Amino acid sequence: MKIHEYQGKEILAKYGVPVPQGRVASTPDEVETIARELGKPVVVKAQVHAGGRGKAGGIKLGKTPEEARAVAEQILGMDIKGLTVEKVLVEEAADIKEEYYLGITTDRAARRNIVMVSKEGGIEIEIVAEENPDAIAKLHLDPAIGLQDFQIRQLGFDAKLPPVALKGMGAFLKALYRVYLDYDCSLAEINPLILTGEGKLIAADAKVNLDDNALFRHPDLAQYQEEQEDDPIEAEAHKRGLTYVRLDGDIGIIGNGAGLVMTTLDVVKREGGSPANFLDIGGGAKAEVVTKAIDTVLLDKNVKGIFFNIFGGITRGDEVAKGMLEAIATMNIQVPIVVRLTGTRAEEGLALLEGSALTPAATMQEGAQKIVALVNQKAA
Amino acid sequence: MSILINKDTRVLVQGATGREGLFHTQQMLEYGTNVVAGVTPGKGGQTIEHAGKSVPVFNTVKEAAQATQANVSIIFVPPPFGSDAILEAVDSGVTGIVCITEGIPIQDMMKTYRFVKERDGWMIGPNCPGLITPGECKIGIMPAHIFSQGDIGVVSRSGTLTYELVDELTRNGMGQTTCVGIGGDPIIGSSFVDVLAWFEKDPATKAVVLSGEIGGNDEEMAADFIKNHMTKPVVAFIAGKTAPPGKQMGHAGAIVSGSAGSAQSKVEAFTAANVPVADLPSEVPGLLREKLGL
Repeated sequence: MKIHEYQGKEILAKYGVPVPQGRVASTPDEVETIARELGKPVVVKAQVHAGGRGKAGGIKLGKTPEEARAVAEQILGMDIKGLTVEKVLVEEAADIKEEYYLGITTDRAARRNIVMVSKEGGIEIEIVAEENPDAIAKLHLDPAIGLQDFQIRQLGFDAKLPPVALKGMGAFLKALYRVYLDYDCSLAEINPLILTGEGKLIAADAKVNLDDNALFRHPDLAQYQEEQEDDPIEAEAHKRGLTYVRLDGDIGIIGNGAGLVMTTLDVVKREGGSPANFLDIGGGAKAEVVTKAIDTVLLDKNVKGIFFNIFGGITRGDEVAKGMLEAIATMNIQVPIVVRLTGTRAEEGLALLEGSALTPAATMQEGAQKIVALVNQKAA
Repeated sequence: MSILINKDTRVLVQGATGREGLFHTQQMLEYGTNVVAGVTPGKGGQTIEHAGKSVPVFNTVKEAAQATQANVSIIFVPPPFGSDAILEAVDSGVTGIVCITEGIPIQDMMKTYRFVKERDGWMIGPNCPGLITPGECKIGIMPAHIFSQGDIGVVSRSGTLTYELVDELTRNGMGQTTCVGIGGDPIIGSSFVDVLAWFEKDPATKAVVLSGEIGGNDEEMAADFIKNHMTKPVVAFIAGKTAPPGKQMGHAGAIVSGSAGSAQSKVEAFTAANVPVADLPSEVPGLLREKLGL
């Protein structure tokens, strides 16, 4: 789960990290008031869960309260990568001399947290990572000792930070690491950490992503969860607790397990079909999840047929069949449905489906061929 | 022969009396797995009676391990308690872990993984279907009837896709030594590389099927390992070849993974390691036959 920059900065500030003075606002009036209170030039920053805000025109300078109001009017309500800007962060404009990068994330391969420091911070850090990886000092942390002072020193020297940053950066990194652990983050970044003309270090931007698996430990943050999808069907599917991704074809795909569903998409495509979505009902799904899944796939009016591919393990075939029958009984389904059902309790499931309008298939490939033929037949 | 588990493995089930735990304990007993104990705090003294067998339930893993000499634990407890269950098992000397639980926090697993390694243990999962040595021992949730005994090792990141591939192998008369579902979580106990190394050492395994998917760089690392350390033939399958590019990761994520993760990157890595990549699960048996010169 992502949280907004202003929420990330609130957390950092709680841990004693210097952040620019400012507040979040949702109307031009509020923006003007905040700018007046600050009494200096401000930056108005769109708060949306999308990268490239600056390039999209979502970050603008306001030298006077009136100017801040004017730029807020442009930014509030604007569309950045399909997301509408509803809030802006209004902050004192910093006098930036240099920009550094501090980040902590999970390295899957090493099964450890990794700390990264670079003196080339700012919006181009991804390019730095690709073109000049040595400019980013990296260190894996042993969970038994966490982040120690000697490691911070080493990172600072490896990153060739100038003396003033070398001296001041440790406190930022320590606080960032405490935030990272206390909030169960999957990513915590200060980018850029700026050095001002007066020689002060300030966290000018903060990015904090939380581990979804750990949200049960952070009910206070779980309330910040916002829909991050601009597609209305995806948003609805997530509300219903389904793992759904919309694609641009006309064959609805439902299966159990991400790998199997992805493979089903590949096979349908190979057979000449065009998948309308990815929908994984997960492991151990009950009948009502299956019914919900069918209903969700049919929200997409492009869908001309559905292919169900279930290989039961922890998911039981009879439960899946019950869900399908419930969907047929309660919804007015106009499209053909092909079902491939095998694995745990598949025989019981297939017995339940006997005599229904569903088209059975013995294998994934046969199912893909059948649904493609049925959809084409209908189109012809 | 096989890897990690066989007919002599003494299995303990943590969360044995819960809905999923009980169902799969019964399924494992039906398969013939030597389930020697269950653990559910507060239910010590009960027994699970099934398939003519009686499995005692204990309050703690320590008691269970002392009474039964269990050496592998399969874990079905809910995610907030998953890490605690693994640590309890390892601390009690049960150093083989199969964690089915999905949704354990990343930071918990990082510490837990370190402890497992410090005690020279091994762990499969979390968020995995488990593993099976056909005809001898099933420690997991997979449908047993699709597996058959033979000389092919199988390692996969996905659960149900493993079943699909194994089903193809079995229907083509290609049995398996051991099949391992390593799980899809960010932090897992055993990677492709770990499992490949075990298969390379197992004299009964003649060839390996590896099933990966888009994202991360585990497949690229596996390809590198195969190229440099394996003598046995490997055939791969990759799910998600036609999937559109995933959601963008944060800066730090991109920094760690670089440009790896696409299906193309994985296919290229395997091709460079002389590992054929099947386009469909049904092509895997044919590619294996070619590799084995059958």
